[in-house]
Amino acid sequence: MVAHAAAARPVTLAERPDFSVIGEIIEPKSKVLDLGCGEGELLAWLVENKGVMARGVEISAQQVRKAIGRGVSAYQGDIDEGLADYPDSAFDYVILSQTLQETRSPLQVLKEMLRVGRRAIVSFPNFGHWEVRRAMLFTGQAPKTKLFPYDWYNSPNIHFLSINDFEDLCRETGFPIEKRYFLSGARQVKHMPNLLAQTAVFLLG
Amino acid sequence: MVVETRTARFDSIALDSGARLTPVEIAYETYGELNASHSNAILITHAFTGDAHAAGISHEGKPGWWDNMIGPGKAFDTDRYFVICSNVLGGCQGTTGPASLNPATGKPYAMSFPVITIRDMVRLQRMLIGELGITRLLCVAGGSMGGMQALEWAVSYPEMVRSTIPVATTWRHSAQQIAFNEVGRQAIMADPDWAGGEYYDSKPPARGLSVARMVGHITYMSDESMREKFGRRLREKEKFGFDFGVDFEVESYLRYRGNQFVSRFDANSYLYITKAEDYFDLTNGTGRLADAFKTDGIHPIETRFLVISFTSDWLYPSYQSQEIVRVLRRVNGDVAYCDLQSNYGHDAFLVDIAEQTEIVRGFLNSTARIARAA
Repeated sequence: MVAHAAAARPVTLAERPDFSVIGEIIEPKSKVLDLGCGEGELLAWLVENKGVMARGVEISAQQVRKAIGRGVSAYQGDIDEGLADYPDSAFDYVILSQTLQETRSPLQVLKEMLRVGRRAIVSFPNFGHWEVRRAMLFTGQAPKTKLFPYDWYNSPNIHFLSINDFEDLCRETGFPIEKRYFLSGARQVKHMPNLLAQTAVFLLG
Repeated sequence: MVVETRTARFDSIALDSGARLTPVEIAYETYGELNASHSNAILITHAFTGDAHAAGISHEGKPGWWDNMIGPGKAFDTDRYFVICSNVLGGCQGTTGPASLNPATGKPYAMSFPVITIRDMVRLQRMLIGELGITRLLCVAGGSMGGMQALEWAVSYPEMVRSTIPVATTWRHSAQQIAFNEVGRQAIMADPDWAGGEYYDSKPPARGLSVARMVGHITYMSDESMREKFGRRLREKEKFGFDFGVDFEVESYLRYRGNQFVSRFDANSYLYITKAEDYFDLTNGTGRLADAFKTDGIHPIETRFLVISFTSDWLYPSYQSQEIVRVLRRVNGDVAYCDLQSNYGHDAFLVDIAEQTEIVRGFLNSTARIARAA
């Protein structure tokens, strides 16, 4: 299941397979910025297990409070606005987990991530997943699935992208893809990821 | 827990103005125990009219001004930390100020007291900290003018401050903030009883000081909190009095607060401390805040920051805290920030405790963990 930033209860690493992939990617003692850090679960885990220098940005006051309560240096702010202040290459990694589809200008955010960080880690729910396709095909309505559980009118998602869409964008804009991970639950998906993967994690840089 | 206010005395202190105070005394209280490695000390810095009595119960039975935040199991947990609070230089609650006797004349300094700055206050606190055998503070925390001192500590003595918590504060006063302070000062100086500050042998400028305090109180509340607390309710009457006695609850409240203040605060201290607030500028007039947050012109300050503002605070509006946060981010400093939702206006830092406790506790925990690892 893909828990979301808007989920009321705290999320554990086990419930967020993309977190364990991100945890694998990040090298110990690196400088990490998490955009849309929620309650700081990932950053707290990275501090504890990888000894990273962690910073987080989160728009929700309630979640920032929880993140700071966890000991994470998180600040309340807007992702787009917040990135502009950082100098070039201030971080080793800039993470955007399950939030790209919620940003107003995804392309601008990705560019900024690669300016501020030496590498960017982007994870997002795959709108090309077969459950989404099936829901749309049979109901003829905005798809509601485990992955996209919201009604169209209260969804935080304002952009819908599939894995192929993201690959296309990277090709067109020249974002270098260093690694890609495709997940269904906690399982890695080897074949036909655009159809079978629920979550994608890309390492850019 | 009954607490004792103690006093430390130093031969002399050099001030930003170039003047020197000889000698100087500082009133302080401590709570909890200093550990063997002297690494668990936290300095609490008070707001404009606060004092050294931040926590516990005084001999007169009065709880400390931040007692809901400082104590066993509280945000500043005295089971874990050694917490210190002192009265500011220029104050009137035990530390040397304009009401203190000038040893050269045997009379109160009054207006011959040198103009002091926030940095002077911090310099004296540093002398006290040294006297207590502490070389590095785990944290300096305070709200409003206390936040200015917390910021000044981090910038003046970064090697002595692992972390700082400036709450509901600013890195320099805006025109509006200076304006409110000037109204307060003029109210005092317009009172004939002020007598050029030489009132210690007669009666103090009670009316002026009380009006100053009334204005202050308005700025500490919010439109919403005043509406909730008073509305247009009348004070012990059904109809207007058609005179200039007290009609409304809010009038009665402000008069009460004003009169109460006169009995505990010195009018000249009001002048000196508000002036120190107005002079405060973390950049010394350059306006380049980023430089203040770099230790050697290049490296970001190592001190961790937890900046807190409140949504309804219009005296120290959130944008002022956000300026600090943005610049810290720009120099890649370690900063956490939250704009806490509150209806209480500037007073929120003294009243809205639950959320502050949550973040202060977590922040201190992680700071102590980092300190142990270092």
